[in-house]
Amino acid sequence: MAVLEVKNLGVSFGGLRAVDDFSLEVAKGQLYGLIGPNGAGKTTVFNMLTGVYKPDNGKILLDEEDITGRSNIEINKAGIARTFQNIRLFSDLTVLDNVKAGLHNQKEYIYSTLTGILRLPRYFQAERAMDERAMELLKVFDLDKEASYKASNLPYGKQRKLEIARALATNPKLLLLDEPAAGMNPNETQELMDTIRFVRDEFHMTILLIEHDMKLVAGICEKLTVLNFGQVLACGDTSEVLQDPKVITAYLGE
Amino acid sequence: MKKLSKTTKSNLITYGIVVVAYLVCEILMRTGHMSSLMKGILVPLCIYAILAVSLNLTVGILGELSLGHAGFMCVGAFTGAVFSKCTVEMIAVPGLRFLLALLVGIVCAGICGILIGIPVLRLRGDYLAIVTLAFGEIIKNLVNAIYFGMDKNGLHFSMKDSIALGLEPDGVIIIKGAQGITGTPTDSNFTIGVILLLITLIIVINLVHSRTGRAIMAIRDNRIAAESIGINITKYKILAFSVSAALAGAAGVLYAHNLSTLTALPKNFGYNMSIMILVFVVLGGIGSIRGSMIAAVILTLLPELLRALNEYRMLIYAVVLIAIMIFTWSPKGIALRERYSLAKLLKRREKEVQ
Repeated sequence: MAVLEVKNLGVSFGGLRAVDDFSLEVAKGQLYGLIGPNGAGKTTVFNMLTGVYKPDNGKILLDEEDITGRSNIEINKAGIARTFQNIRLFSDLTVLDNVKAGLHNQKEYIYSTLTGILRLPRYFQAERAMDERAMELLKVFDLDKEASYKASNLPYGKQRKLEIARALATNPKLLLLDEPAAGMNPNETQELMDTIRFVRDEFHMTILLIEHDMKLVAGICEKLTVLNFGQVLACGDTSEVLQDPKVITAYLGE
Repeated sequence: MKKLSKTTKSNLITYGIVVVAYLVCEILMRTGHMSSLMKGILVPLCIYAILAVSLNLTVGILGELSLGHAGFMCVGAFTGAVFSKCTVEMIAVPGLRFLLALLVGIVCAGICGILIGIPVLRLRGDYLAIVTLAFGEIIKNLVNAIYFGMDKNGLHFSMKDSIALGLEPDGVIIIKGAQGITGTPTDSNFTIGVILLLITLIIVINLVHSRTGRAIMAIRDNRIAAESIGINITKYKILAFSVSAALAGAAGVLYAHNLSTLTALPKNFGYNMSIMILVFVVLGGIGSIRGSMIAAVILTLLPELLRALNEYRMLIYAVVLIAIMIFTWSPKGIALRERYSLAKLLKRREKEVQ
């Protein structure tokens, strides 16, 4: 069963057709890659999936629920979480608080502003439960020792991991990773590949990622869609797509 | 007993400073070691500290520059004073009357905060600062044009002059345009001021360390990321802004009940005042609640203590401002502070003893 189903999605900015007739189907538990040259519209697709841009036409179905045109907050509540191409952490908050901010809308941790100011018993109970859940998540990413650090003081690779941890804290059905390996050295990339695989297996997560690092893409993605000038160039199993002559000319090079 | 966390300890220190300062002042007053000048400045100290702490919620925690804080104080002062004047005969107990006036002032300033916050918080940075500055001035000038009176037929309101109110012979004019309100019962005192300051501190500190505070700081640090994890930007921005305004309203009520005459002058409710509160916040350290409180107290005390120096007074004041700025903000100042910090010196001594 498809977790994410995108049908004929399209958007224009002025006279520019940024994405046209884009369709995609991601099955539950799949690791799906979205690749293509710079400016092909990959991040635009992500922005439409997360509600930052409203698509002009087409449909987005998450678990068969139509989420087309909803705001980014509603879409996050419906179950799509993302990370960003250029890291966007809450830099002055601690590592722990970054993850706790991700738990903001989880029913079991919600309490009112007044409860917080008056420090009612619910406050202490919810905060303790949040701390436990956040530490659990940090442990998965080997960040538990840095929990009290300011997020901006983490090394680059760990900041990337923290961003994924924060996204997972919102308890999504689908995780979108926008160039997770950007700016990483080969060792860090290797470690990141293990982490992504681990997240998929541990949380039974469905992951859609944009990436330029072909080693990572070939290493972990099961299926690929190639985007070129806003249109789907190829789509299918990773090994087949990467040998497709059209893809080699447009993107990979001889 | 459970071990206290670092933030809890730091918060207790903040409350402790206020309580100790209060006790010291009370002892000095009781034993007659305090000049009348100092006695007169105690309530204003509380007022400025409340204003600085509440503005820090907007500037430090929400991360938006607001220059209209004195406007909200003005709303609180006038609504609170009008309430007290109207009910001075009905409610005989000054404490109860002040408490109700406080509620009225807080609610009115809070509502003003919401009303102004909805359009204004769409802007960011310098633009927001300019617009809040304008709103602060608008509030002050509006208040200057209001005529408000009461007689046996009820309440009368006019924007023209006191004759237009059409009062019965037994009526009283409560707000007389630019002449403001005279004869407000002086229900506030130092103890009430300190209690209000403590309540303000508790509200702001507890708010910051809660789910709401985390959401507000997340918006400050990265708006786009905050949206992506489902935090409602508009809701939390307006919440922080209106809580900040409501607390400024409380300071206003305290201000109005400390003096028997209340007029909206540029000096007390104009942009100069707003900027002065901002100076307290910036010099105390943006985002540091305790710092803004201490800065407010020091910078209010200083000009009074230097009164003997006459015309050199403001010169020294300016030098102190610059010195504090270097101490709190410059990288070299911070390095120096770390090298010679009290905690470290104590630790070193312990080592030597061992």
